[in-house]
Amino acid sequence: MKRLGNRLLQMIVTLIGVSFLTFCLTYIAPGDPAAMVLEAGDHIVSEELLQKTREEMGLDKPFLVQYANWVGGLLHGDMGLSYSAKKPVAEKLSEGFVGTCFLAAVTIVFVVIISLPLGIWSAVRQNEWPDYLVRFCSFVGVSMPNFWLGLMLLYIFGLKLMLFPITSSSVTVKGVILPALTLAVYQSTKYVRQVRTVILDELHQDYVIGARARGLSERAILLKHILPNALLPLITLLGMSIGWLLGGVAVIEIVFSWPGIGNTAVHAIMMRDYPLVEGFVLWIAIVYMVINFLVDLSYAYLDPKLRKGEQADG
Amino acid sequence: MADKFEFARQHKLFSLYTALVVLILAVAIFAPYLAPQDPMAGNMKNVLQTPSAEHLLGTDKLGRDTLSRIIAGTQVSLFMTICLVVLIAAVGSLVGIVSGYFGGKIETVLMRFADMMLAFPGVVLAIAIAGILGGSVVNTILALLTVSWAKYARLVRSLVIKLRHSDFVLAAQVNGTRTKDILRRHILPNVLPMVVITGAMDIGTMMMEIAGLSFLGFGAQPPTPEWGLMLNEGRQYIQTAPWLMMYPGTAIFIVVAVFNLWGDSLRDLLDPRHDNTNR
Repeated sequence: MKRLGNRLLQMIVTLIGVSFLTFCLTYIAPGDPAAMVLEAGDHIVSEELLQKTREEMGLDKPFLVQYANWVGGLLHGDMGLSYSAKKPVAEKLSEGFVGTCFLAAVTIVFVVIISLPLGIWSAVRQNEWPDYLVRFCSFVGVSMPNFWLGLMLLYIFGLKLMLFPITSSSVTVKGVILPALTLAVYQSTKYVRQVRTVILDELHQDYVIGARARGLSERAILLKHILPNALLPLITLLGMSIGWLLGGVAVIEIVFSWPGIGNTAVHAIMMRDYPLVEGFVLWIAIVYMVINFLVDLSYAYLDPKLRKGEQADG
Repeated sequence: MADKFEFARQHKLFSLYTALVVLILAVAIFAPYLAPQDPMAGNMKNVLQTPSAEHLLGTDKLGRDTLSRIIAGTQVSLFMTICLVVLIAAVGSLVGIVSGYFGGKIETVLMRFADMMLAFPGVVLAIAIAGILGGSVVNTILALLTVSWAKYARLVRSLVIKLRHSDFVLAAQVNGTRTKDILRRHILPNVLPMVVITGAMDIGTMMMEIAGLSFLGFGAQPPTPEWGLMLNEGRQYIQTAPWLMMYPGTAIFIVVAVFNLWGDSLRDLLDPRHDNTNR
């Protein structure tokens, strides 16, 4: 329980820190938000109007007061108004979040389909050609910038073979395949190694030797004995990936014009739509930490050894 | 003097990768002399030419030679990456040494700060920082530095805490050696190998992150011949001029791959405890 409390405290501290940092950034950034709001609304910008808008937006107040107002709004669920879209930030973010969640879900499915069989194959045939092949491919994947991989897939499957749409203005099944595949290949390079290591560890355990001695087939040993044990460490990793997928995939969303939250954020930055950027960073921070927290909890729950409270701090 | 090449013979792979790294560095340093044409000189009569004998990798929307721009880009990308990695390692080590050696309130504050950075996907914040500050080489480095130093600080701190209680440091303290000298003569040399290994292994990742930011338009600005930026510009011509996005990406891939291999073999060489043969 104490650990839980510490963890929550750490999460709150991180949230405050991250939000403060982003707020500072938008404060020192070039450009006058009041002018941007007016320009976005097709007003003729006069000095009086500027002054009035600044007062309305609270921009004439000291920095800390502005920050406090913003945080106060957040606590009431109000993330402010997006300059460019003239919509509440929360609404704009939730629009993009649907697309990102869908993309993340499909990616995870791909990751499992790709990395689990390959990892097992490479571990079972350790130091034989399948192992070398899988390891080589995983090395190539690690060294390839994922946005470039995305561009190449787009070029080959979208333009040359015309199997998939080049851009997706809305969330469609056909449109999700290529971005999800790009992300999955990139993630799988890491997973294949992890799966391989975990399976190798298990292969040398006594219970495997025991099962062999009892005359069980290798296949049965693998599926019934090794796999359930190996899944546990992989769940943490998968959880971390979900956090990463929900937050750090802006580049891929841009490559495929996928209507996700990262796409929204990059355009918000280009339009200097600061409330939207702040909301985005904060939202990602919350999602990421909550997911990691849940993963930790599930990990502790799934592993009986950890339930006794022996887990090292970290 | 036994044999000058003894080392190279014993560490064949490492020597090979080092040679490749040196080759890439040489391309970066001598880029202005190696580029067949001026990477910045546009020629509107030569716009979007397909690869030919004259322009081996074609030309871009302003008629600039792609090969020359890729060669010039080696310098830009490598310079940015090395600056970034050195800065991250330096800042991280400084924070790690200070908090590990002195402990107390300083440590609590610094490590809370590091935890904050680690408990959050760095790329998101880096995009926000680089984007809000405005795209430029310096801002890109600043953004990635802000989100990446914490890993090194954690690593160095854990090493320093172990060292602080080791006999030779205690002996130095008893002797009345000044703290500054203990840090410089006893602590720093002992944490440096791990920092160098980690730094070497991060070069590839950092290069990709820099390219990623530039690709989004939040890094180097036109007309800089930076690989990520070239991909960004080439992306609009994916239908008519696919070479514009193929070759800069290939360049990133090759350089990142070489640095990854080199980093891994350097770790194997310097850190024998790490068993990388089968696992």
